[in-house]
Amino acid sequence: MTKLTPVLSAHWDEKDSFTIEGYKRVGGYKAVTKALTMEPDAVIQMIKDSGLRGRGGAGFPTGSKWGFIPQGDNKEHYLVVNADESEPGTCKDMPLLMANPHVLIEGIIIGSYAIRANHAFIYLRGEVVHVFRRVQQAIEDAYKAGLLGKNIGGKGYDLELTLHAGAGAYICGEETALLDSLEGFRGQPRLRPPFPAIAGLYAKPTVVNNVESIASVPAIINNGIEWFQEMGTEKSKGFTLYSLSGHVNNPGQFEAPLGITLREILELAGGIREGHQLKFWTPGGSSTPLFTDQHLDIPLDYEGVSAAGSMLGTKALQIFDETTCVVRAVLRWSEFYKHESCGKCTPCREGTWWLVQMLHDLEAGKGTEADLAKLLDLCDNIAGRSFCALADGAVAPIISSLKYFRDEYLEHQRNGGCPFDRVASTIFKTVGV
Amino acid sequence: MTPEQALLETEVAIEMITVVIDGFEVTVPKGTLVIRAAEKLGIQIPRFCDHPLLKPAGACRQCLVDIEINGRAFPKPQASCTIPVENNMIVKTQLTSTVAEKAQEGIMEFLLINHPLDCAVCDKGGECPLQNQAMSTGRPESRFEGVKRTFEKPISISSQVLLDRERCVLCARCTRFSEEIAGDPFITLNERGALQQVGIYEKDPFESYYSGNTVQICPVGALTGTSYRFRARPFDLVSIDSACEHCASGCAMRTDIRRGKTLRRLAGDDPSVNEEWNCDKGRWAFKYLTNRERVTTPMIRGADGELHETSWPEAIAFAAAGLKDKRAGVLVGGRTTVEDAYGYSKFARVALGTNDIDFRARPHSDEETSFLSRVALNLKTTYKDIDVADQVVLLGFEPEEESPIVFLRIYKQVSKRALPVLSDAPFASRGSEKLGAVLISDLSKIANLTTKSVVIVGERLAETRGAFSSVYELINKSGAKLAWIPRRSGEPGALAAGAIPTLLPGGRPVTDPAARVDVAAAWSVESLPTSQGRSTSEILLALNVKNLDAVVIGGVDPLDISSTALTQLLNSFVVSLEISHSAITAVADVVLPVAAVIEKSGSYLDWQGSPRVFEKAIADSLSRSDVRILSMLADEMGSPINLPTVSATAREIASLGKWDGTPVAFEKSVSEKITELGEKLNLKSWRLLLDLGTLQGGEANLAGTARKASAHISKARAEKIGVKSGELISISSELGSLELPVEICEMADDLIWVPRNSIGSQVIANLGFVNGQVKVIKA
Repeated sequence: MTKLTPVLSAHWDEKDSFTIEGYKRVGGYKAVTKALTMEPDAVIQMIKDSGLRGRGGAGFPTGSKWGFIPQGDNKEHYLVVNADESEPGTCKDMPLLMANPHVLIEGIIIGSYAIRANHAFIYLRGEVVHVFRRVQQAIEDAYKAGLLGKNIGGKGYDLELTLHAGAGAYICGEETALLDSLEGFRGQPRLRPPFPAIAGLYAKPTVVNNVESIASVPAIINNGIEWFQEMGTEKSKGFTLYSLSGHVNNPGQFEAPLGITLREILELAGGIREGHQLKFWTPGGSSTPLFTDQHLDIPLDYEGVSAAGSMLGTKALQIFDETTCVVRAVLRWSEFYKHESCGKCTPCREGTWWLVQMLHDLEAGKGTEADLAKLLDLCDNIAGRSFCALADGAVAPIISSLKYFRDEYLEHQRNGGCPFDRVASTIFKTVGV
Repeated sequence: MTPEQALLETEVAIEMITVVIDGFEVTVPKGTLVIRAAEKLGIQIPRFCDHPLLKPAGACRQCLVDIEINGRAFPKPQASCTIPVENNMIVKTQLTSTVAEKAQEGIMEFLLINHPLDCAVCDKGGECPLQNQAMSTGRPESRFEGVKRTFEKPISISSQVLLDRERCVLCARCTRFSEEIAGDPFITLNERGALQQVGIYEKDPFESYYSGNTVQICPVGALTGTSYRFRARPFDLVSIDSACEHCASGCAMRTDIRRGKTLRRLAGDDPSVNEEWNCDKGRWAFKYLTNRERVTTPMIRGADGELHETSWPEAIAFAAAGLKDKRAGVLVGGRTTVEDAYGYSKFARVALGTNDIDFRARPHSDEETSFLSRVALNLKTTYKDIDVADQVVLLGFEPEEESPIVFLRIYKQVSKRALPVLSDAPFASRGSEKLGAVLISDLSKIANLTTKSVVIVGERLAETRGAFSSVYELINKSGAKLAWIPRRSGEPGALAAGAIPTLLPGGRPVTDPAARVDVAAAWSVESLPTSQGRSTSEILLALNVKNLDAVVIGGVDPLDISSTALTQLLNSFVVSLEISHSAITAVADVVLPVAAVIEKSGSYLDWQGSPRVFEKAIADSLSRSDVRILSMLADEMGSPINLPTVSATAREIASLGKWDGTPVAFEKSVSEKITELGEKLNLKSWRLLLDLGTLQGGEANLAGTARKASAHISKARAEKIGVKSGELISISSELGSLELPVEICEMADDLIWVPRNSIGSQVIANLGFVNGQVKVIKA
């Protein structure tokens, strides 16, 4: 039985975990002192060697990303933290920033120092004003404590940190769209190459990292590579936050080594709500293909989930029990993608518009079996054809739901409408349903 | 060497790359996009957002193909408009890859679900890339059974461009053109998802001088020109290559005719001149051809003092009688073709026996005459020199207003490599701002000229005494390239044709006996007038004081010359060759109707000196070119010039060739001392691209996008006068006054700038001069 390994969340239960004093009391900002005595390249090498991989979804090695920044190029470098967490189901960065914003700031200082950036940015989802205020306060406190600004810790290193509120577009979680938005333009993905490491923010070499990736850095600096590698699996090292939501008794953040299974996490979370069984779940947010109860023992690391036909994504485990209509769930997600499609490329813009209409009809029990083939064909014409990965995510729940629950779609047609009791699937106590 | 310097080297070895596309090898320069390499093989990959002159966008996804490099295939089909070729690349298009074929079909299906499919009533129907590619790549029947997105049909984004959002495929060609090429990002994409749409800023319409290009490159019928909307179907039109008559930029044009009527004009494709663009004036200002003031029948002034329509023989006889053995001059105007200018030039020398001929219907000077005949005629500067210039200096020349394609060419280098631009303008116009031009108050501020620098002088430099001389010195000292870019299309050609008092055709000095013998032999005449003739202002003066008896006038607006020009004509015998009724025809004794540009063949010389040859667009037009009428007139006068057709004229010009003798040295002038201003301000002005110009008549939609007239003064001056931005001031001279709203900008306190010929600001008519001292007070 895998145990929880609280690192980022270790002190969330303390009253002042979000303050600079609270953070320092539990050893905060020691990693900065250590890192600033190291050569920047040594910091990069350490993160490379640790095997830390991006926690935002794609799992790209963080140290390698830092290593891509050309050094000695006489250009400014930037570190941009992607805190535009907006994937349905994903809820790890916001609680982390709410409970411990300083661990991110500490990670930013170390990361910026490593890539030789003197200005870093946090692009934060604008709707979560309470988190924005908390991070803002934390930045202010860090400046006051001499941890940001000129000559940090007397080590001769300067860093400015700017907090920017996004205006509520899912696409701005895509790193190049985020950069455009940060520059003041409409957030739409940029053509690559050039990649951000060569021409990112203001056309300067830029690293874009997820909040959790950067926040994981201080612990690695403090405790060393071996400590980090003790956790996780062969190619997916370390600890991470799994966000459990939906029909579970005890939803929330579970910080555990990569490779833990849903069966284990469910046990830690007190299981599926009383009297119900797991029907389907997402391993990493709505844009990762669905899993079912057959997948309870898949190791939740990058390789394990991928081998089983999905993606680890943001480790947002949305749990649905047998009262949930999969067609309805998929329609809701599709509506999200239609609303969030930026409009730049045809397959995503027009495809999501069409998919939603088809799913509405299917949910209402209209159409024939041939429509399912058409739906799959449309998904085939969207996936891998779009400018960025948003559209791939948009069709993932549709394709996977048809794979596992095709008959449920047909049942809608046979039934002339949804066969489910909508009330039964609500999260609230439903004794007797 | 920095990359910027490398860019300036004209001879750069280009690495070639060989790729295999659909089994065929093709070798193209490094950096070529796959879609373009395929074109070289004749393989047409469908596309919408791709445009060879715009940066790749990869937005429409229509051009997906399968690509493998070094044996490794991309997992997904790739947009061939964004991927440059590489060695060992194998491309499979829709012709050989079922994946690419299905991907393209899928995209086409998506593009059509929200498209209204109203081809039957759409202007683009018949010449529409969406329609064509839906045929080649689309499904025969739609699988879409849902509800289409709808928008209000069309909304006007300026008075001349309409936007039908339902038809738009959101390729962003229009927005990218406006931003990348024109530097006018007045339209953008707004909203998101399927509701994304092209839009304008709330209060700023799409008032770019280049907006028409977006209509032309729109791959669907989303952007349409107000003037053309619902006027014609493309398959009813006959398209003829033509040249633009509006300025000396030299744009290649396409004129579309239906049943003898011009329905629209489009930018032609000439990579060395206008690339594929033109300005809105060139595109839309052609209604003057059909306006109600058009003259179609010859007229002579009767004893009653009125003009009466008459027959050609009678009119010609009347004109010949009035000119024969009289002391007469010729005012050519700046809008003639080379052939027509040659006709005037030969007519003046042979039929009238005079060198009193001038094409300059604008302020001019003796210094300019000397500059034109000794310097301007032999310049070799071209657009290409701008492309590789290390610096561009603009003197008496406002490119966006006076030669818009020259502006685009400079802007291209400014945005590509921050080409430094200097300008002697009194304030930073919108064009100057886009170019990031550094303003200089006098020519001594010009530094670091090299042989790669380009100095462009405009016709307005003639208004500053000594300026041409200073430029001449600068060029001689530095070896920089010099270009003379007049505003009007006919001027370079008229200069070459000798429609100027100092020169015979081909740059032959009238005062050089050898040159005269040359021409006299070619023309089979015994002798030619020997002394330098009168310039435009001198001819007018001579007419006024009866030193001349008669004058032949081409397309001239007297108010372009001076406020007194018209009255100076009143006591002379005036023969007017005109396309429309004008101030001149109102006082002329004979009016001979001539053909407008699309009714005749001919050529212009652009500012580079390159011929822009064009054929008759309206084949059965009854109107005749000026040269043909002049030839008839000369016949009647008994001194034939033997130029019965335009092609005969062109042949004669070619056989005569250019003068290879010694040119006369440039006569320098000394700059004027600046006179004490006192409380007055020095007036500066130039013409805006869209203004009250004669050839823009009859096109209200175009006029709707003209920049509004305002007077520019400095902040300190505004405070002194006590006006705020937008308030009216009165500008007056001894001859008159005008009132304009104020625009405060950075400029010298003793200057005021107003547009020269805009609504509410016709400087010559209102104030009596273009440069002078004016009194400025709060109105």
